[in-house]
Amino acid sequence: MNAVLTITGKEIRDGLRNRWVLATALLLAGLALSLGLLGSSPTGAVKVDPLTVTVVSLSSLSIFLVPLIAMLLAYDAIVGEIDRGTLALLLSYPVSRWQVIVGKFIGHLAILALATTAGYGFAGLALQWLHGGADAAAWRPFALLIAASVLLGASFLAMGYLISTLVRERATAAGIAIAVWLFFVVIYDMALLGLLAADQGRTVTPAVLDTLLLLNPSDIYRLMNLTGFENISMYAGMAGVGSQASLGLATLAVAQLLWIAIPFLLAAACFQRKSL
Amino acid sequence: MTTSQVVLAGASKHYGQHRALDRVDLELHAGECVALAGHNGAGKSTLIKLVLGLIRPTHGRVQLLGHDAASRQAARLRHDIGYLPETVALHPAMTGAETLDFYARLKRQPLARNAALLERVGIADAAHRRVGGYSKGMRQRLALAQALLGRPRILLLDEPTTGLDPASRLMFYDLVRELRDAGATVLVSTHALAEIAGHVDRVIVMTHGHKIADGTLTQLRQAIGVPLRIVLTLAQPVPADALPQPWQQIGPARFERACAETSKVEAIRGLGAIDLPIADIDIHIPGLDEIYAHLLERKAP
Repeated sequence: MNAVLTITGKEIRDGLRNRWVLATALLLAGLALSLGLLGSSPTGAVKVDPLTVTVVSLSSLSIFLVPLIAMLLAYDAIVGEIDRGTLALLLSYPVSRWQVIVGKFIGHLAILALATTAGYGFAGLALQWLHGGADAAAWRPFALLIAASVLLGASFLAMGYLISTLVRERATAAGIAIAVWLFFVVIYDMALLGLLAADQGRTVTPAVLDTLLLLNPSDIYRLMNLTGFENISMYAGMAGVGSQASLGLATLAVAQLLWIAIPFLLAAACFQRKSL
Repeated sequence: MTTSQVVLAGASKHYGQHRALDRVDLELHAGECVALAGHNGAGKSTLIKLVLGLIRPTHGRVQLLGHDAASRQAARLRHDIGYLPETVALHPAMTGAETLDFYARLKRQPLARNAALLERVGIADAAHRRVGGYSKGMRQRLALAQALLGRPRILLLDEPTTGLDPASRLMFYDLVRELRDAGATVLVSTHALAEIAGHVDRVIVMTHGHKIADGTLTQLRQAIGVPLRIVLTLAQPVPADALPQPWQQIGPARFERACAETSKVEAIRGLGAIDLPIADIDIHIPGLDEIYAHLLERKAP
């Protein structure tokens, strides 16, 4: 366990040193703030809490950004260390391979969580200070947004680790990581929409649709944010979907955790057998 | 004294059709320093990775301190191993001291000893500077320091002196000798043969994944029969036939003869019979480079 913590600590320190955390947090905070400030003008009349509107806009943005950041962190994790010769050195120490991969993963996850929480948290506080009087209820979806973003990031981190373990070249890993990102974030939903339009509800029953949505971590994320709270889904125009969908927050969370566990365990198993 | 710390028995490593290592047998004992010589691609790094258990042999077996090198038991013994990889990119944003602390924690060594270790390899002054600003030699010294953490019983050094200036090399060989005298097994892979010759007890020569020679320098010289050369300088010029065969004139007052390692003593005794004023005698003993070149020549069909 000690070795895992040592490796995790080093990853976090590396992340802080090379400004990864700072850059990501600033990027997320900047986007959250600008969305919050721009989004506040139309809400004046209807008296919607700016934080609530921000959650809606932010979740649409995070769905692209957070997986991309996770992939950028993860694609290099194993193949890059092999390339630099640091992995062979690390494994000549009394540490097992699972300790190495678990330690690194927790470290990267901590970096991602730190950047997301700091970035969005700062923006949330700033918005509340600017507009004043946001009730505590508005903070719950915002906190959920941060938690869901970290989970979404973790699932893409796990996929990135799997890619990084399977390939031999860093460039290949980067290419595959971008392709996977594009697939889940853009192509999958477009294809799903096309399918729904063509099918006209004949074979794709709500149950099938639920399953199809659970097969994509970014859709799970979307559902978590947009259907988790009634007032959020209303402003997001997802009220229809929200009321039809039978997927509770718990189911969504479990599905997302599986999206983290399965790719990560596969990555760990491949890493165990990998010839260096 | 002759405890086998590392044993390879018929060990082969194939990557598809390519035989990186082919049926190699060797033993490394406690308290000896062994050079692993060979061209790039001769199988030196593959051999070291096998000993570290980073890869498994395709055939044969590799044992480390009495256990299968890729087994869990051997993994636990890694406290006793120091490894210096051929190329290692230490994190540029960390300082030298931080880098060494990280590796010391992994080896569960007290961090308090690190300062002395950095002093020993000569980078104590730069300990709190970022590795990114180090010269190549300083990075190599830092990498060496991590290999020495916890006084290892087995040291595997892959091309350790590349990038080191002559003074650093001497420091390095001093360190190696110290560890060997304390009972450690040291394996140094290198192609800087001439440089290492005086510092090792035994030489293993590899080519194309085969071990083609294994022994002390004298043993190798004898086995191969690379001749010694004796050069005689006389006090004044003499005619070419002043000395009998096998002496050959190479200058007005200089003669040379070749002689086998086995008849060396006899040839030197023979010098006493020469009835001319001798100004100087030089004996050229073939170096590791010449032996190596000879071995490769002999190996080639």
